[in-house]
Amino acid sequence: MRRAILILTPYLWLFALFLIPFLIVLKISLSDAALAIPPYAPQLDLAGGWSAIKDFFAGLDFENFEFLTTDDLYWKAYLSSFKIALISTALALLIGYPIAYSMARAAPEWRPTLLMLVILPFWTSFLIRVYAWMGILSNEGLLNQFLLWTGLIAEPLTILNTNYAVYIGIVYTYLPFMILPIYSALEKMDDSLLEAAEDLGCSRTSAFWLITIPLSKTGITAGCFLVFIPTLGEFVIPSLLGGSQTLMIGKVLWEEFFNNRDWPVASAVAIILLLILIIPIILFQRNEQKQREMEG
Amino acid sequence: MKRFSWFNVTALTLGFAFLYLPMIILVIYSFNESKLVTVWAGFSTKWYGELLQNEAFLNAAWVTIKVAVFSSTLATILGTMAAYVLVRAGRFKGRTLFSGMIYAPLVMPEVITGLSLLLLFIGIGLDRGVLTIVLAHTTFAMCFVSVVVSSRLVSFDNSLEEAALDLGCTPLQAFRLVTLPIIAPAVISGWLLAFTLSLDDLVIASFTSGPSATTLPIKIFSAVRLGVSPEINALSTIMIAIVTIGVIAASLISKQASLRQQRDEQAAARG
Repeated sequence: MRRAILILTPYLWLFALFLIPFLIVLKISLSDAALAIPPYAPQLDLAGGWSAIKDFFAGLDFENFEFLTTDDLYWKAYLSSFKIALISTALALLIGYPIAYSMARAAPEWRPTLLMLVILPFWTSFLIRVYAWMGILSNEGLLNQFLLWTGLIAEPLTILNTNYAVYIGIVYTYLPFMILPIYSALEKMDDSLLEAAEDLGCSRTSAFWLITIPLSKTGITAGCFLVFIPTLGEFVIPSLLGGSQTLMIGKVLWEEFFNNRDWPVASAVAIILLLILIIPIILFQRNEQKQREMEG
Repeated sequence: MKRFSWFNVTALTLGFAFLYLPMIILVIYSFNESKLVTVWAGFSTKWYGELLQNEAFLNAAWVTIKVAVFSSTLATILGTMAAYVLVRAGRFKGRTLFSGMIYAPLVMPEVITGLSLLLLFIGIGLDRGVLTIVLAHTTFAMCFVSVVVSSRLVSFDNSLEEAALDLGCTPLQAFRLVTLPIIAPAVISGWLLAFTLSLDDLVIASFTSGPSATTLPIKIFSAVRLGVSPEINALSTIMIAIVTIGVIAASLISKQASLRQQRDEQAAARG
């Protein structure tokens, strides 16, 4: 009896507030937009009995999804989200790996402090961290002031409200997600392997490529997915740092819902986004499982 | 012997400069006299004064804190229960669906979580306000809590609980007297995580809030969209200061606790 209560409480909560809402999105994505409150049709009317339910299902179709394929705004937005997420992940890896590597090489008594320094930004508001870049990247911003002062540029660079600012923002906010798994993989590495390789005539660089990189592979994979997956549906960064030409699907969904009030299309956009995310999520889960098996 | 080269020093210096300079600049410019946020015109705390006069911000801050306290507490209770179910309850009907529902919100884009909850609230005719934001935040935060707590539950020895049960404890007593003290650090960090997630959240709150309840991130977002403002800099500085102090205090406390535990264990080993 007690066990049933223990299981049912979280179960029913998630059922009511996660699964059912999700099914509603699925249902509305198959409905048509209507000038009504709420603005879509058909509505399910259980009081109408069996025939009402049949009518309801007859009213559902894939029109919204067809619409998504005809208007090139949508597939361009999916494609450009994918591109932005991919490039940002690569950049985060390039910047994050040397940091994680150096942390793992630091003296053991330093490591907890370094680790805390990586985690600390994660606790500060995401919005504030993105906002901080607005003052730096603007035309009169500190970066331009600095570059003008050094004489490297004669005219201020336009960075804010372009895709470059979006890349900077994403790399900045998601960098800890890249550093942490790589660090935890590198920290466990046995250094005598490197010594053995060098004793056997390996140069330091080739020892790095042949030993360190393969041994940190699970960390690299985990870090890449942890950056890539949330970036794909990102809304705050493109809307604050990006410009009008920055197309990301999270932003499109938001505008479809709040500005155009087209709920069925917004729901269809959401469903497709989820379908796209399923593949990287499954790959990520597999990587985690592999890591667990290796450890235990 | 590890080699710590100039390369490592440079990587760490540049890396941490990248992570911290933007926030340091933000803090410095919050004390700027000038309204123009990019020109330094002397030290002043006037933006902090203006912030304290701004009732809209203060109201939003109050709503945010209320939402965060309620939702993180609820999320901790539900998340701990969920973790216990995942790790200890064994097989039951619908277990796969249950663990799926725990892990899916972790990777679900916020726009979708927000959209789906809003559609639910409209569907059942619930007026949007503090309650709906609390429900929304509890739902996604409980999944994070259950991940944190279950990783602790997995690592601790089940036989301690069994011993308590053998010695005549009821399951509830065994949980309260044996399990809870052991997983307490994870439960507390789960609560803190849920609290910050709620404090931080813009997207889900935007979908699920109504005109009667505006949270601080929503307020900041609408102000920031128009550009950089010194008042927001001051507000950000206050929030950064609170988080920094909180994290440092928490890490000092946990360090002391682990030292005490080590001492106790050594004393116990000596007899």
